[in-house]
Amino acid sequence: MFAITTLVAVSFSVGGAVLDADLSAALLWLILFFTSMAGLSRAFVQEEEAGTVTALRLAARPDAVFIGKYLFNVTLLFSLDVLVVPLFWVLLQQTVALPLSFLAVVLLGTAGLAGASTMVAAIVAKAGARGPLMTVLAFPVLLPLLLGAISSTRTCFVGDKAIAADLLFLFCYNGVALTASLLLFPYVWDE
Amino acid sequence: MFWQILLGIWMTAVILASFLYMPATQGLGQTGRIIVYHVPAAWLAVLAYLISMLNAVGYLRRGELRLDRQARINAELGTVFCLVATVTGAIWSRAAWGWYWNWDPRQTSIAVLLLIYTAYFVLRSAVSDQARRARLSAVYSVLAFLTVPFLVFVVPRVYASLHPDLINLEQGSFDMDRKMLVVFLASLAGFTGLYAWMYKLVARLENLLDKLEQQKRGEAESER
Repeated sequence: MFAITTLVAVSFSVGGAVLDADLSAALLWLILFFTSMAGLSRAFVQEEEAGTVTALRLAARPDAVFIGKYLFNVTLLFSLDVLVVPLFWVLLQQTVALPLSFLAVVLLGTAGLAGASTMVAAIVAKAGARGPLMTVLAFPVLLPLLLGAISSTRTCFVGDKAIAADLLFLFCYNGVALTASLLLFPYVWDE
Repeated sequence: MFWQILLGIWMTAVILASFLYMPATQGLGQTGRIIVYHVPAAWLAVLAYLISMLNAVGYLRRGELRLDRQARINAELGTVFCLVATVTGAIWSRAAWGWYWNWDPRQTSIAVLLLIYTAYFVLRSAVSDQARRARLSAVYSVLAFLTVPFLVFVVPRVYASLHPDLINLEQGSFDMDRKMLVVFLASLAGFTGLYAWMYKLVARLENLLDKLEQQKRGEAESER
């Protein structure tokens, strides 16, 4: 819902003008970033509030818990993509020169968003703070991913450069974020 | 005491030399003198952040609060030097490139560094329990440290940098006048000494505060 509101707001405020590829790529990723901040920050807070953390800690190993949360978040963001990206295309009249690569960029980008945000969400839940802390902590960690995703999305819209290196970059970010999270998660989870 | 006085004289000499002894640089002109302050500050910021991150890893492995304190003090000092580097860089950028800030890759990466450590301090202030604060902030600093190098790959692909390079990679040599090199190295040594002294002062202050706290607690217990 948050995503659709933002998307409609963006579409209204540009007033049907056809946007530059640079600009609309940046807008797409801003929408996805803030939506995932709003949605994913709840991932672990819910468990803390409902008091189910202890049971979960007894029942499963930390990496199992992390992978479960991560997969759930990835699924959540993918279904968000299914909603937002077609609407984005319809409302902002954006032509896409490389549709298949665009799909890959969106999927790899959102998977990366989910990976790093899951880890930050675990930290935020333990910190016992609500609201803006999630965005403050996640932004610097996600910035390389966002910049990379924006520039490769622009390439997909225009289709003027080779995309393979960009896809490799996004893939590597995913790998590093996931490995680091798996190594660090037990320190956050166990007390 | 001896070392502090020596450091004071040393830094005064460096400041005088940077204006009087050192020649104006080729290409950059008079603005090139800022190299004596800007580069050592940036180098120390990186050094202090690196030490902070290593201490965070050490804390996660051994769980000693002493290491967490070292990580925090180094992060604070690193931020001080990082601010100095950012501000001197912005002033130089006004003179050399026309405006204080224009998102040159170097400016982007230093801004991200500042963002990370701001977030680090926000996280620390949000948690009240000591051990938990130490663990969470250590995890965050390692996570940030691992993802940031990606910026080094993205940013140059998108924007070209205008930042002057100290080390000429093609010739494998320092692009510096002899006199300038002497002043620069002296300044680097002086700044590093300054950092060591600042670190010692803060660590001593914190230890004294700890002792004071313990003493108060002891008195309160004996009264009871």
